[in-house]
Amino acid sequence: MNWEILGIWLGALVTLFLYSFLYRDNPFYKFAEHLFVGMSAGYWVIYNIENVLIPNWWQNMFPEGGGFDWVWLIPGIFALFMLARIWPKTAGLSRLSLGMIVGVGAGLNMVSFFQTNALAQVKGTIFSVASGGVWDIFSSLVLVVGVVSGLVYFFFSKAHTGIMGKTANVGITILMVAFGASFGYTIMARLSLLIGRSQFLLEDWIPTIPRLLGIGG
Amino acid sequence: MRLIIPLAITFTAGIVMILNFFIPHQPFRFLGENLQEWYMIVASGAIFLGVMNLMHVHTRKIRLKLKNWKYSPVTIIGFLVMFVTGLIYGVTENLPFDYLFMNMVAPMGATMFSLLAFFVASAAFRAFRASNWRATLLLTSAFLVMLGQVPIGAMLWDKIPLAKVWLMSIPNVAGQRAVMIGAAMGVVSTSLRMIFGIERSWLGGAD
Repeated sequence: MNWEILGIWLGALVTLFLYSFLYRDNPFYKFAEHLFVGMSAGYWVIYNIENVLIPNWWQNMFPEGGGFDWVWLIPGIFALFMLARIWPKTAGLSRLSLGMIVGVGAGLNMVSFFQTNALAQVKGTIFSVASGGVWDIFSSLVLVVGVVSGLVYFFFSKAHTGIMGKTANVGITILMVAFGASFGYTIMARLSLLIGRSQFLLEDWIPTIPRLLGIGG
Repeated sequence: MRLIIPLAITFTAGIVMILNFFIPHQPFRFLGENLQEWYMIVASGAIFLGVMNLMHVHTRKIRLKLKNWKYSPVTIIGFLVMFVTGLIYGVTENLPFDYLFMNMVAPMGATMFSLLAFFVASAAFRAFRASNWRATLLLTSAFLVMLGQVPIGAMLWDKIPLAKVWLMSIPNVAGQRAVMIGAAMGVVSTSLRMIFGIERSWLGGAD
């Protein structure tokens, strides 16, 4: 058995173990589930070391030209403080690390979210007003009315009565269509993954069985 | 004091990041760029914390022989195998760590998500019962998108794929935009509350 076939068999076994959950919860599923959790944790730790700690921390602290930049000890110490949460006596130290993460995250997200998720979307809505045929104008109208009425629905500082209530109702309708479309799209994405796994089992794994048994080519 | 120092760090870091955005010149640029790198390094500590906690939970389960403890060694061994092969061989292609990822972690991830297809389908059956006209609208919209995505949709009527494109690019975009703009406003207000120390729940309930 070569490494390629062994890899296919490992992939097929864990796939079948996980699909066995469709019958009911069983030891094979539990085995694969626990294995997935452990291996994923190991993968993300190594990924983090290789893609974050080495290039952003280690290589800055010990530059290529030689020497030692002590300033980079500070984030290292803050990262260690995060681990202090494990022990109740030192858990308070982790608040310093959390303080930094929350502060930078809040400052960064506040401006970037406002720019990309608010201003850019408002701009996109304004510039979506088309002047083409009847259908384009109708579509633009649906888009603009949908965004405005959807926002009115999410505005809770005023009671949804009168004109506010009617606009909010239009908003709910548009949101239902949007959620339906997103839901349908999500189902299709999951189905495409299912097709991918079925193709792997049928086209990659099953042809290896006769080869292992010494039947056929 | 145990609260003032974390709040002071949050305030300083948050203000520096905002100033860096509006005044992208020295010293704010230098401070902002370095803080972003520090942020990644400190946040990576959270991954190690998560792994330490995972190991702690599973070793405790084994020690106390709690429910399903027999599967805990699988998690620990799975972690150690990936961790040790990653440390020894690195993440280079065609080496053991990459081999394990491509042949075990990636297939398990894809299978886990594909399992959701069955559960989403059963949830859809319950959610899509046309109990009122809005639920019917949701049902119709989802059905058209699904039908427009597969060849049989175009075979039934050639306008179905066009209807799917329209649904995804007009009403869907309108709804998503309303959600995104609303969420952005929420992020701005919550961020300001955090920076100015009004929102303190992240400190673990301490007042």
